[in-house]
Amino acid sequence: MTGTTEILGRGHREGSVLFKNWFDGLSGAAERSEPSAYVFVMGSFVEVLRCFDLPVVFPEINSLQMAVRHVAHEYLNEAEDFGYSPDICGYVKADVAVQLRGGEHPAGRIPTPTLAVLTNACNTYIKWAEIWERLHGTRVFTLDVPGNRQAGPPSRPGSQDFETDRRYVEGQIRELIGTCEDVTGKRFDVDRLRQVLADCNTVSRSWKRIIELNRSRPAVFNSLTDGTVFLGVANGLRGTPEAARYFEDLVEELELKAEQGIGTRTEETYRLTFVGVPCYPIFRRFNELFTDWGGVFVNSTYLWFASGGTHLGFEYDLERPLASLAEGVLLSVRDAMDAMFQSNRVIGNMIEEFEIDGVVYHPIKSCRTVSTGLADSRRALIEKHDVPTLFMESDMMDKRVVSEAQLKNRADAFFEGLAARRLREARPQ
Amino acid sequence: MAFAAGVDVGSTQTKAVIINDQEEIVGRSLIDTGANVVTAAENAFELAMADADVTDQDIESVIGTGYGRYQINFGHDQVTEISCHARGAVRMFPGTRTVLDMGGQDTKAISVAPAGDILDFCMNDKCAAGTGRFLGAASTALDIPLGELGPTALKARKSVRISTTCTVFAESEILSWLGRGQKIEDILLGVHESIASRSLGLLRRVGIEREVTFSGGVAKNIGMVRTLEAKLGLPLNVSDESHYMGALGASLFGLDRLRAGYQPARPRLREEAS
Repeated sequence: MTGTTEILGRGHREGSVLFKNWFDGLSGAAERSEPSAYVFVMGSFVEVLRCFDLPVVFPEINSLQMAVRHVAHEYLNEAEDFGYSPDICGYVKADVAVQLRGGEHPAGRIPTPTLAVLTNACNTYIKWAEIWERLHGTRVFTLDVPGNRQAGPPSRPGSQDFETDRRYVEGQIRELIGTCEDVTGKRFDVDRLRQVLADCNTVSRSWKRIIELNRSRPAVFNSLTDGTVFLGVANGLRGTPEAARYFEDLVEELELKAEQGIGTRTEETYRLTFVGVPCYPIFRRFNELFTDWGGVFVNSTYLWFASGGTHLGFEYDLERPLASLAEGVLLSVRDAMDAMFQSNRVIGNMIEEFEIDGVVYHPIKSCRTVSTGLADSRRALIEKHDVPTLFMESDMMDKRVVSEAQLKNRADAFFEGLAARRLREARPQ
Repeated sequence: MAFAAGVDVGSTQTKAVIINDQEEIVGRSLIDTGANVVTAAENAFELAMADADVTDQDIESVIGTGYGRYQINFGHDQVTEISCHARGAVRMFPGTRTVLDMGGQDTKAISVAPAGDILDFCMNDKCAAGTGRFLGAASTALDIPLGELGPTALKARKSVRISTTCTVFAESEILSWLGRGQKIEDILLGVHESIASRSLGLLRRVGIEREVTFSGGVAKNIGMVRTLEAKLGLPLNVSDESHYMGALGASLFGLDRLRAGYQPARPRLREEAS
């Protein structure tokens, strides 16, 4: 039986080991010039790619790693010297510099893309893959996921609209399988797919549970900092037995914390929701702007869309693997897109459920996909809910547009407002 | 009698205000911040004490605000200038529900509760477009003192559209309009309208609710007041103390602490660390 001391902190310890092993594996593949698949967090299709033993590379994760390790500026400058505008997505530019350096990355060496698999969840994905196509002759497979582009509830399984879209996605997955067979020279094995789907199911089930566990007071993890560590494993190792075991263990750890009232902070004064992408160039410091005031991010839209919609907890039906994979992709990727465009609906529901004191919107300069709708979303939220919000802009990669003094000023004023509101509400009417 | 002080160390100027326990301003000072934030805060505080004819020992609470607030080494606490401007504006004009504070590098739109605390706020991001610095650029390009910009702009018969939002590029745009024979007053009206438009954008984001109080150093500019009023379609509250609104708010927060019995010892001015 595992003791409490061993369980607490295990998610961080084992997460770093798994993450390092993953990057070591990628470095090995690069050294041996083995084929690799580049994928994205919103619709990675690792379910299919793992059936062909293709190492998966997440360029978004590679790029944010450079920012967290404080070397992003070197890569961004290099891409800008190559001709890319300062206004273009920072993730793309950092990756371009990695490609120009022959895969050199602060965490290891990244293999050259043999195959790129992407969805239309982000329009930049499409242009990004075209860069690899031009640089390396990478084979590109774009999977069109029909999304919602209007308010109101999306179509659900059982409806004619949903079934039409599902069949459309399934047809494309079958094409992707053919492409993978062509690229690797291996035959598709449906039983292998079932095994990968089963491991994915464990991750999805656990991810949903983990997010729910932060209803606890105090919150058992910080969705901005701890959540990003968990997210790295959820994306990079999804569909492997290692990830399945890791997330079962993580659920055990967080359930234990919830039962014993062990919070991520000893003093939790304000419970917050984070909307957008983290400020990776000052990742820890950004979080401290809030924790210094006793603020804890108990939830985050990032944990929804950057997990590709895994938070829904969709589990594949292993009896009908391809049909169910299409259904899961449609539901999850569509929800990931909606988490960016229509987050106000879900955040609204969460305010009571998670006892939220404030919502922090963090639009980022170099990502239009995430940031464009945030002002509207915030307005829609505050029209329906009496919840304080903070809107603070910076970037996920480029330190040149991150002004810490300005961010701190806004965070401080936000908390002064929260404190005044609490006092006002405590006064007898 | 108890006194409280507020010291607002802004990016361009440092202001200090001393109030008595009746919330009346009894001393004030305003100096350029310069390169040494600590010295600026100390000097402003000393000048305000001299103006109020009180000593450091008489001041029972000191609150710092502005970007340099954490450098004030003789105070009790720090409060952002956003909260302070809101508080000061409501003290001066109790009907205030919206505040526009325009300083040297910041413009803030603040929605306030009747008690003066913040409901929502919005600021210019990362660049100084739409702030006092934009007027500084015009002053340099046209070689007109800052204090004359507003009255000159009000003599305009038409305005020249200033399209750039970059404060640095504004100078070259102004010079190009001069080269094309446009009148100085018309160009200046365009500059004021450009700033007013950006401010209006900030105000709309927090919601414009009457009464609107205009604070900060730029509120002394009559051209800016009139241009904003024309764009808003309503009169603005402007106090003679607009420049001191942040420091006033800070001093009121200090008085709150005194009234609540929170009165710890504070390091005295220019006290050597032992």
